Amino acid sequence: MTRPLEGLIVLEFCQYLAGPWAGLRLADLGARVIKVERPKTGEACRQLATKNIYVDGDSLVFHTINRGKESFAANLKDPDDLAAVKKLIGQADVMTHNFRPGVMEKIGLDYDSVRDINPRMIYASVTGYGTEGPWKLKPGQDLLAQSMSGIQHLTGKHGDAPTPIGTAVADGICGVHFTQGILAALVRRGKTGQGAKIEVSLLESLIDLQFEALTTYLNDGKRPPVRSAVSAAHPYQGAPYGIYPTADGFLALAMGDLARLAETLEHPELGELAGERSAFESADEIRAIIAEHLVTQDTQAWLDCLEPAGVWCAAVMDYDELTKHPGYQTLEMDQTVTREGAPPVKTLRCPVRINGERLFCEAAAPRVGQDNDRIHAEMLDA
Amino acid sequence: MDLPLQDHLVVDLSQFLSGPSASLRLADLGATVVKVERPETGDICRHLYVSDTMIDGDSTIFHAINRNKLGYAADLKDADDLAKVKKLIEQADVVMHNFRPGVIERLGLDYETVKKINPRAVYATISGYGDEGPWADKPGQDLLVQAMTGAAWLSGNADAGPVPMGLAVADIWSGGLLVHGILAALVRRGVTGEGALVEVNMIEAMADFQFEPITVYHHDGELPQRTASNNAHALLGAPYGVYETADGHLALAMGRVPQLGELLDCSALLEYETPDSWFGERDAIKAILAAHLKTKPTQAWLDVLEPADIWCAGVMDWAQLMATEGFEVLDMIQEVQRGAGSTYQTSCCPIRLDGERLKFSMGSCGLGEHNAQLDATYQLKPS
Repeated sequence: MTRPLEGLIVLEFCQYLAGPWAGLRLADLGARVIKVERPKTGEACRQLATKNIYVDGDSLVFHTINRGKESFAANLKDPDDLAAVKKLIGQADVMTHNFRPGVMEKIGLDYDSVRDINPRMIYASVTGYGTEGPWKLKPGQDLLAQSMSGIQHLTGKHGDAPTPIGTAVADGICGVHFTQGILAALVRRGKTGQGAKIEVSLLESLIDLQFEALTTYLNDGKRPPVRSAVSAAHPYQGAPYGIYPTADGFLALAMGDLARLAETLEHPELGELAGERSAFESADEIRAIIAEHLVTQDTQAWLDCLEPAGVWCAAVMDYDELTKHPGYQTLEMDQTVTREGAPPVKTLRCPVRINGERLFCEAAAPRVGQDNDRIHAEMLDA
Repeated sequence: MDLPLQDHLVVDLSQFLSGPSASLRLADLGATVVKVERPETGDICRHLYVSDTMIDGDSTIFHAINRNKLGYAADLKDADDLAKVKKLIEQADVVMHNFRPGVIERLGLDYETVKKINPRAVYATISGYGDEGPWADKPGQDLLVQAMTGAAWLSGNADAGPVPMGLAVADIWSGGLLVHGILAALVRRGVTGEGALVEVNMIEAMADFQFEPITVYHHDGELPQRTASNNAHALLGAPYGVYETADGHLALAMGRVPQLGELLDCSALLEYETPDSWFGERDAIKAILAAHLKTKPTQAWLDVLEPADIWCAGVMDWAQLMATEGFEVLDMIQEVQRGAGSTYQTSCCPIRLDGERLKFSMGSCGLGEHNAQLDATYQLKPS
């Protein structure tokens, strides 16, 4: 199948997560993504490991986020290398970087200089907190951005310390927005021929991620969110919304009519309470009664009772349960990529399907500079 | 400035958050988005209240998600209304929905049908779990998808039980991915003239959201273990976490533990010399840090750590954040006005284009507010 971005060339000067996240998605959708990395050591993410796991000298994190890309090693402070990179820029459609403000200007690859080389270029940059103001030089790091964004007051239960989301959510959502901006600029270029400058930051992306709760806050007299004391899941949802212990695990209950839930559970006391009280004001009291009841039977017994009645519920699963489940296996979400001479890496495929087809990728993350010869032959020496 | 999607018409049949968050982004990028809703009740999200605050009778989240769209009321089970919507679709660049599998076929607006009446349309769908397999008919709801994909075992401390992420991350991530597919298909269409089918489901999206920890799980077969205290990422060693101080909380990202020991004047940290120990003995290290950091206010620690280039930050809530100059320069809040005259504040598109912040003054649409206008503009009434 022809992928939608086939024929497009992306130069990725980005390091770590947010920017390369966008490069990964563009590669999945068919673009040729070339990482431009410093010789020998390559980009910093190669040494940024979780659980100290490395495969073939690079962190597993790096492998996860850079599969399907090529690598061109170049020292941007060396005039010959810089000249080669500028020649690549002349032929590329998109370039991304996440240097701190001022760095690209010093190298001579700032937006205006690049536009002189290639006026059709989509020039896209990621920062931590924007390019002006007191935080412009602060390290753009996921946990720090989460800490500053207010998001830590949404997860966890009443009385808990501020609770970060336990994944690189700032990098991730910023990578999503980065990709959106780049693609939108490509759509415009297809009509008008013009290039574009796209800018995103971790903090702005986290503000956008919270837009529902923030809009509520901005218009309800700025009352701070209050996390539930019982079965907490979302500070702005009333009962029964939450996660409840059962006799052998946990059950998630989404929004739903309390009276119907009471009827299905054959719980008259809950029914009475539901009739008298607000699902918001008395949320914790109501949740406590539900919790007391749900802990008496196994998760599956509750699913058998609630699902046929149309109550929105699910078992809480871990990765063992998820990946062994026929529901997950049906999706064929896993794929394996292999670097020549190295152990295979089992990871996930692109989550967007095009024309009914899943988009798999065979190429593993590149070694530093592995494609220099080919890129020279195809794009520089000709 | 030319907005990237100006002159693009999006017909959005979706409701709640996943699909509508995608069409909001398309609107912010310049598209004309027509929100098609059933008469009388409309999008269920209008009545999905999250607090006692409403604006013109609708929930605050509806207003957050549906600003800058045109409201068109149509009963898709009514032949006349369906004909009008089909006429709109004939002229559309993007058609999107998030019905459960089977529903759109019964309505006669499935991909094959739409492709016949408009081969240039990009047809985009979000489902909960795809259209096959044992979960296909389950409700595609954020908390359920978080629960099923293991996402509740990453946040909070080791003994906290499942801790879901306290916002609708599965919906928003799915919507974000749908935008990727739609825009990529529009890029392609610019070359070939052909439309495309773009599909996202929330389970795959939430797996993708966790692709880093799931890849680690595939590698070593171990479930993520959160730290006993101060957890911020199950797969990272000390000091990575949030710590109570004398007057608030301090976040510490990656850093060298002995260096922290010196800077913070905490000698117990000096013995953890190797990076292996920062992961293997992270609970002990975090306990030492937690006890030590309580002794002084946040700013005192920042004054020591920031000049040494340690990755750290004070933890803020929204009130604190919004009082900062750093927030003000981002210019992320806008006031919008509804057709009925009421105004409200909300955040704006986080993507800057050609150096400009994209803001729009149009608030959320009333149910069917723009029927007459759209009937006229797109000549939807039978002649």
